[in-house]
Amino acid sequence: MENLQSLLHGFTIAVTVPHLTLMVIGVLLGILVGVLPGLGAPNGVSLLLPLTFGMQPVSAIILLSSMYWGALFGGSVTSILFNIPGEPSSVATTFDGYPMARDGRPTTALATAFGSAAFGALVGVILITFLASWVAQVALAFGPPEYFAVYFLAFASFVGMGGAAPIKTVVALAIGFAIAAIGIDTVSGSVRLNMGIDELVKGVSFVVAVMGLFGIGELLIAVEEEFQARAVSSRVDWKEVFRALGRLPRHSIALLRSAAIGCWMGITPGGPTAASFMSYGIAKRFSRNGARFGSGEAEGIIAPETADHAAGTSALLPMLSLGIPGSATAAVMMGGLMIWGLNPGPMLFVDQKDFVWGLIASMYVGNIVAVALVLLTVPVFAALMRIPFAVIAPLIVIICVVGAYSVSNSYLDVVLMLGFGVVGYLFKKLHYPLAPLVLAIVIGDKAEDAFRQAMLMSKGSLGIFFANRLVTTLVLAGIALLLLPLVLQIVRLLRKPDEAAHEKVRII
Amino acid sequence: MKITSKLLLSTTAFMLAGAIPAAAAWQPQKPIEFVATAGPGGGTDNLARAVQSIVTKYKLTDQPIVVVNKGGGSGAEGYVYGKASAGDPYKVIFGTSNAWQQPLVSKVAFNYTDLTPIAAMAQDEFLLWVKQDAPYKTAGDFLKAAAATEFKMGGAQSKDTDEVLTRMIEKAARVKFTYIPFKSGAEAAVQLAGGHIDAHVNNPSESLGQWRGSTQRPLCAFSPKRLPQGPKVTATEGWSDVPTCVEQGLAISQYEQPRTVWLPGKVSPEQAAFYVDLMKKVQATPEWKDYIEKTSQVDTFLTGATLDSFIKQDLEHVKQVAGEQGWLLK
Repeated sequence: MENLQSLLHGFTIAVTVPHLTLMVIGVLLGILVGVLPGLGAPNGVSLLLPLTFGMQPVSAIILLSSMYWGALFGGSVTSILFNIPGEPSSVATTFDGYPMARDGRPTTALATAFGSAAFGALVGVILITFLASWVAQVALAFGPPEYFAVYFLAFASFVGMGGAAPIKTVVALAIGFAIAAIGIDTVSGSVRLNMGIDELVKGVSFVVAVMGLFGIGELLIAVEEEFQARAVSSRVDWKEVFRALGRLPRHSIALLRSAAIGCWMGITPGGPTAASFMSYGIAKRFSRNGARFGSGEAEGIIAPETADHAAGTSALLPMLSLGIPGSATAAVMMGGLMIWGLNPGPMLFVDQKDFVWGLIASMYVGNIVAVALVLLTVPVFAALMRIPFAVIAPLIVIICVVGAYSVSNSYLDVVLMLGFGVVGYLFKKLHYPLAPLVLAIVIGDKAEDAFRQAMLMSKGSLGIFFANRLVTTLVLAGIALLLLPLVLQIVRLLRKPDEAAHEKVRII
Repeated sequence: MKITSKLLLSTTAFMLAGAIPAAAAWQPQKPIEFVATAGPGGGTDNLARAVQSIVTKYKLTDQPIVVVNKGGGSGAEGYVYGKASAGDPYKVIFGTSNAWQQPLVSKVAFNYTDLTPIAAMAQDEFLLWVKQDAPYKTAGDFLKAAAATEFKMGGAQSKDTDEVLTRMIEKAARVKFTYIPFKSGAEAAVQLAGGHIDAHVNNPSESLGQWRGSTQRPLCAFSPKRLPQGPKVTATEGWSDVPTCVEQGLAISQYEQPRTVWLPGKVSPEQAAFYVDLMKKVQATPEWKDYIEKTSQVDTFLTGATLDSFIKQDLEHVKQVAGEQGWLLK
């Protein structure tokens, strides 16, 4: 109960007028950078960082982390309304969020996303509060083989759980791995697959890929399908916000499962992106409405959003206690910590109690402030959907072009983004899934590094993946998921005569 | 938001441009871009942002400064960008010794000669670190154990400073390590804390938190004399209590990573002189001393001929190690 006492002390630091004001400012700025194209949380926090140099560390971190929460929420807005994910971790939100919004229910989609995100964040903070020391130990157990096993599990869950034919998922994954390999290779230090273009040494940015794949790709499909003005008649309805929130408890199993996946992936350094994808894949398999996923199903929004925020929140713990930043934004904040004269590490919890517990308390309050503020903005954002397609389409092109350019002020990125648009279009046309492609682009090189580091450690023996209980369990779970479609097919074949008979009866 | 502020900045810049007399030495007439050849939060990024805040605080130039990160390809992205901006005195590139080391071992599209060196502003030291509960008390114990079994040595990147130092230790102590490259020194530090590797050669700031938190400790410093005395890190020890590696019988007397500042190629000597002067002014401030102490680096200022000869010397040295390892590009 010592933690609880520290937390109460933390609240006395966080809940003061200046800090609450900072939270509101941070959240509003965060929503702004989250919604604006090409900015995103890491850029926003970097821009704000110099302003915090003169502040107390605890005030500074409250401002920056509030901005982070705001940006996470803001990022979901563009995913749902325009099919443009602002952060890797909100890609999975587009799968059902965008169809639901297109279907004339943007208010429901946004409110559902925000509600479940807040739940996920809350579970993450509670976990941090009570299990701080234990969680730090878990993260330490992760060496290269364990990292690889977690990534393997994420990939396998897609092959086993994804809706598309497993072979198409594997093809999409493979293309993603090839794209992830572009640039400097960590293990050998050499330049790979830059095809003679000097600038490609930096690799392909995730933002460039998703803007093209989702934003432009979707636009091309839309243009082809119906080239008439396609406005969604959405009523600006305050009550619907609360109705959508009221419906959340009905999905309590999905909420709890997704929060658990999120926390687990946040602590084990799988991160929010892998968490949201895995949670979506698993929800699709186990939900009663699994077949309707992808066409605007509430659970398809709840699963990735809850897991994303649970992971994003609990990932701050490894940053504070071990100095491993779980995301790009956490890395910027860690830079901030050093400049403020604090060193992340186990001693932070001993030396800087006020800072740590002030921050944790501010995570509770900051998330409440953030969710209240974003819910207020729901009708405003939802109204955007009423703009006719003929107006919104060029806007999306502008957003994507500006966003791709601003990643590193390079025209090459704009060209690449447009190229990805064509790829996205082709994938949709040929019914190849985009999600595994994006997943492989985002964590493909990390998985590769981990695998090769593990191989260096074991001198080439695969035995290292069965060397201890943790890694063995992870690998076996991954293999089981990978084989699931095969097993199901065999089971179906065995039961076929029986089922066929039933079918006949029904037809008659 | 970004666009408006840029617009505002350039308007201010335009108005100021008319006000400055043309007769004086070269002065910047528009906003300056600081290019950090590393991602946000890393050592190079911290340096660029520290210089930015000092310049802004003391109004050392009238022009606003924007920091951008181009850390792709282990920093190559930033240097290639610098090369492509030849003749543009409004791009200042912040890097390390990889400006001249990387082109030796990877097919990157730049060489340090494509850039105009301004200064080396700080030196990061290297230490040999082991897990807190490892049985070795001295570097001698460690190397004796390393001779018996092949240890796993972690470090940031491949064929970069950390691996070069690892290979130097191998040669000096006649042992063999398995070198495992990670994305950053911070990652290697966590792997050491978890016992997945046996040692690493991190800079002080990369492992300070872990030392204080008793998950790992330094055995020796690759420095000709002991590190300057700062505040105590643990209850009993500070940086000056770490023996030099030479004291402990590991004959590598000096290995440092300079933090370097560059302009693109083909800029005028007056333009280069302005930035040399600017960095000198930055270094004279108390904020700079504070930054140096907090990041446990060594203050230094190399420019002009001294910097050139430093680069040449380091280059010869790295070439030799890289040649022995068969890393050199053909």
